[in-house]
Amino acid sequence: MEKEVILQYLPLYREALLLTLRIGWQGVFLAFLFGLACALIRHRRVPVLRHVVTVYIEFFRNTPLLVQLFFLYFALPKIGIRMTPEVCGSLGLGLLGGAYMAETFRSGLESVAPIQEESALSLGMTPLQAFWHVILPQAFTASVTGIVANVIFLLKETSVFSVISLMDLMFTAKDLIGMYAKTLECLTLLVVFYLIMLLPVSLLGSYLERRLRYAEYGK
Amino acid sequence: MGNEVLRIEHLHKEFEGNVILEDISLTVRKGEVIVVIGPSGCGKSTLLRCVNALEDIQGGKILLDDEPVDPSSKAISRMRQKIGMVFQSYDLFPHKTILQNVTLAPEKVQKRKKAEAEREALELLERVNLADRGNDYPRQLSGGQKQRVAIVRALCMHPDILLLDEITAALDPEMVHEVLEVVVSLARSGSTMLIVTHEMGFAKAVADRVIFLDEGRIVEESSAPRDFFAMPGTERARAFLKTFDYE
Ligand SMILES: Nc1ncnc2c1ncn2[C@@H]1O[C@H](COP(=O)(O)OP(=O)(O)O)[C@@H](O)[C@H]1O
Ligand SMILES: [Mg+2]
Repeated sequence: MEKEVILQYLPLYREALLLTLRIGWQGVFLAFLFGLACALIRHRRVPVLRHVVTVYIEFFRNTPLLVQLFFLYFALPKIGIRMTPEVCGSLGLGLLGGAYMAETFRSGLESVAPIQEESALSLGMTPLQAFWHVILPQAFTASVTGIVANVIFLLKETSVFSVISLMDLMFTAKDLIGMYAKTLECLTLLVVFYLIMLLPVSLLGSYLERRLRYAEYGK
Repeated sequence: MGNEVLRIEHLHKEFEGNVILEDISLTVRKGEVIVVIGPSGCGKSTLLRCVNALEDIQGGKILLDDEPVDPSSKAISRMRQKIGMVFQSYDLFPHKTILQNVTLAPEKVQKRKKAEAEREALELLERVNLADRGNDYPRQLSGGQKQRVAIVRALCMHPDILLLDEITAALDPEMVHEVLEVVVSLARSGSTMLIVTHEMGFAKAVADRVIFLDEGRIVEESSAPRDFFAMPGTERARAFLKTFDYE
């Protein structure tokens, strides 16, 4: 391995990491929003909308992100909907993640006993207050393992962004290899940078799980 | 009838076509303690849940301070602030400490100052000998302690009436007493309560009026609890009370 090559490539990888992180977190944020909305619709059995949600979830869980991105980036412009690659990436990731988060959040919501909501309502809370102060924190605790797994899964999925010419980590590595054939250096850097991105998430996840369980069960 | 807190008129309740409560009429005045007894499945819990608008009703009226209790009305959360309820299962919020359990609704619903709500919560916890457990989580408490906290949590909202649904039914026998003692002292201090219980000795001690419910109807009502328990007026009440004797 050549050290100079690595040092020379580092800034490019850093740029790529920042881009991947930015789009990745935007996608994760959207996934939380979509997932929570869908989970609520399913949990509360909202008429009509719950069927829309089921179709959405099945659709996005049963098509590859690669195909979804192609569709957003190359097919939608044909009917006049144009988005930048970055918006496509975030939105694609958000839509895919929303489908997974919806299921995770729903099982979390279902693990909270109905009497918890009834107690909250009995104390005069509005349904929204009961949800926010009583149900959501417990549902979140119950599903934190699944949430962390989903976030890591989504951040890994960013590796297909190169197909819509986003200069993410994967794109950068492939590009450099194509130009200078320093395969070993490029791929080593690629692995290391993915670890830099994902390990903290993993660790934060385990920490959250421990802390929340601590709060739930007492000392 | 200025001191009337709760008035139920011809309440009719069905679940999927099955009649659960039929033509229930009942008035609770300020400071009164009404005890509802009856066989399992006769509709006691459903009655309390209707009063707190946790169930919709198919007929009749429920009035609290002359205002209708209606699950679909916008005012229902405000109405529920005036009704305290304690359930059979421990229903404390597991992710909140004991003190937070008690102050959550006063702070978020009544918008009271945190310090003031905490001061009152600690005072009330003191009265049930749990002031030193404020920073613990529900998991760390025994069943009897949790039920005492649940009572305090309801009291901290200053409800006009307390509904207690078999609050000792899930407890180990040695913890029943410590919880019922709290209720007895509330009764002495003038709280208005509608109580469902299977503890007949407690019922006799605390009730101003006893209501015997069977198959969704009020079968017997007595303003002289001691006489009722000694000599029920109906055959069905007599047969029911007999199931508590072991001679
Ligand atoms: N959510 C429900 N759906 C259908 N039936 C119910 C429901 N809740 C209670 N019931 C029925 O209503 C009747 C009265 O129940 P309940 O009020 O819990 O009785 P109790 O508290 O006197 O033991 C029972 O036959 C019970 O099966
Ligand atoms: Mg019951």
